[in-house]
Amino acid sequence: MNTYTLPDQTGHFGIFGGRFVPETLMKAVTQLEQAYLEAKNDPVFQSKFKRLLEEYVGRATPLYYAENLTKYAGGAQIYLKREDLNHTGAHKINNAIGQALLATKMGKRKIVAETGAGQHGVATATVCALLNLECIVFMGEEDIKRQALNVFRMELLGAKVVSVTSGSATLKDAVNEALRYWVANVDDTHYLLGSVMGPHPFPMMVRDFQSVIGSETKQQFLARNGRLPEAVVACIGGGSNAMGMFYPFIEDNEVKLFGVEAAGQGVETAFHAASLTKGSPGVLHGSLMYLLQNEDGQIQEAHSISAGLDYPGVGPEHSYLKESGRAAYRSVTDEDALEAFQLLSKVEGIIPALESAHAIAFALKLAAEMGPDKNIVVCLSGRGDKDVDAVKARLEGGNR
Amino acid sequence: MNVVERAFGLVKEAGRKAFVPYIMAGDGGLESLTDRLILLEKFGATAIEVGVPFSDPVADGPTIQRAGIRALKGGTTLKGIIAELEKAREAVSVPIILMTYLNPIYAYGIKSFVKDIQRAGVGGCIIPDLPLEEESIIAPKLEEAEVELIRLVTPTTPIERIEQIASKGSGFLYAVTVKGITGARNGFDEELFSFLQKTKEVSSIPVLAGFGISSPEQISHLTQYCDGVVVGSKIIELFNNNDLKEMKELMSALNHSSKMA
Ligand SMILES: Cc1ncc(COP(=O)(O)O)c(C=O)c1O
Repeated sequence: MNTYTLPDQTGHFGIFGGRFVPETLMKAVTQLEQAYLEAKNDPVFQSKFKRLLEEYVGRATPLYYAENLTKYAGGAQIYLKREDLNHTGAHKINNAIGQALLATKMGKRKIVAETGAGQHGVATATVCALLNLECIVFMGEEDIKRQALNVFRMELLGAKVVSVTSGSATLKDAVNEALRYWVANVDDTHYLLGSVMGPHPFPMMVRDFQSVIGSETKQQFLARNGRLPEAVVACIGGGSNAMGMFYPFIEDNEVKLFGVEAAGQGVETAFHAASLTKGSPGVLHGSLMYLLQNEDGQIQEAHSISAGLDYPGVGPEHSYLKESGRAAYRSVTDEDALEAFQLLSKVEGIIPALESAHAIAFALKLAAEMGPDKNIVVCLSGRGDKDVDAVKARLEGGNR
Repeated sequence: MNVVERAFGLVKEAGRKAFVPYIMAGDGGLESLTDRLILLEKFGATAIEVGVPFSDPVADGPTIQRAGIRALKGGTTLKGIIAELEKAREAVSVPIILMTYLNPIYAYGIKSFVKDIQRAGVGGCIIPDLPLEEESIIAPKLEEAEVELIRLVTPTTPIERIEQIASKGSGFLYAVTVKGITGARNGFDEELFSFLQKTKEVSSIPVLAGFGISSPEQISHLTQYCDGVVVGSKIIELFNNNDLKEMKELMSALNHSSKMA
């Protein structure tokens, strides 16, 4: 592969990406792009970012060789990139710190964010507490029910959580409300978007902030094994932990990149969140990307047991990587994710986030197809404490 | 000359201001669309904006969101709307301007969309999530079909950019009155008037103010600074309450004669 330089100057990844936003926001996204490009080459900004990642988040996170899981799978060696060990329990904090630093650099002291599982909301509320920024988080009513503990966490951290009742009352609708709020408060507010989606420069910027995952993985794996893994695997909601893992490997063609979407009750049913597997290109939330939509271009509700994967779109760069063939996208059902959730808890003593359990479930299958001389790294994007109640209810509900 | 351009030319010649009401297609049933268009023409509309319902209308406030949900629940589709507009052509002579988010167009197929709205006699298109930077996806095709792309400027748009957008524009320039989404509001700030004035100065095409306009007083006040108004949420509300009397009063605020030339 040639050197990979996407997105282009106008924020496009092939036909995907772009800036499909109301005119009111154009000034803000243009400013943000300029501020980000400056920050990217600003050693002061970068050293602040790095210091917070080390001292506050606890990076580097370990690359853990999961011997028991490997034995269970009976094939390739499985390593886990432990993003669950980050402060606040998921990869989301990497991006939240980067963007909050950028907001202060731009002189914006108010932050608005959307959240699905609540992980991005918690990460954002955390950073806002640290940097003394005002914080409003929009969260779907459905998700508030599913993730009650995270709502309380955000409030403890000083954020205001606003319940969103429009549409499907999940992540997509929380993004709508956050965008509406941003349109009305654009002068003093930064929209701290939680994944590699939205208008340019968000997909690029969030990817860059999350790339620390893949860069560390690459170094750690090389140091340990003197070569690169055959495959890396990550779950896909909007696609930020996956992009952060993939990006540093993107020119290493010998490393296969696998993104794992939520198949919900099955991709053959109407109840899934597999935008790349079953969707088609369209425009939502500022970007051209793969979407779940009907033939009239109305966005459909996504369904997944995991609130963080419950989104009917997927970032433009993943849309591009699917079409270019550089990355491959698979899906895992609620049921298989639940099983992986329990399995990892039992054999490794690690309770994964339900989102991450999707990646684990696929990695088990993949490992079984590969020989023991091969290696897989799974991005364990978050820890599962937030999901314990929901899983308990589901298991006791006799759904299995 | 395009129908939108012509209609605004006539208003200007007569020394009047333009009134463009917005309605949501399919709200109240798609079969009522033509009747509503006829009524709005009778009340003196210069042109009529016909909204296409979308599941995720990020530029819209609660009133238009709810109207869109009602329309979608009734099974309204872009295809159905275009077919209805084609039928309405005989009965309605004021220009129709389609207001739609990009995704329904994208799903329809951009080429077929332009071809079909041209055949249906649609005079213009407003696409609120399509800024200048992305418009090449459809603008050349609209131009070829002589359907006006109505562009928006807002109080956050820098003056050089307003100039740039105005210079591309035909039909009219849509000046968004608020930093915010659609929906009725009680007041406007002083900044708005200087924004409208600035926009007027650099625009060679008519400038219409829209978003949040709901009373005759606001209309008289705003039109001192621009060539007319677009009224959306309020019209939707009045149709929903079947309050045609207030609608007539609102639309007479500009002292239109009841029938356009
Ligand atoms: C632990 C965890 N993993 C993954 C995701 C999915 O997001 P993304 O695809 O952007 O990594 C989330 C989202 O909330 C999450 O909390």
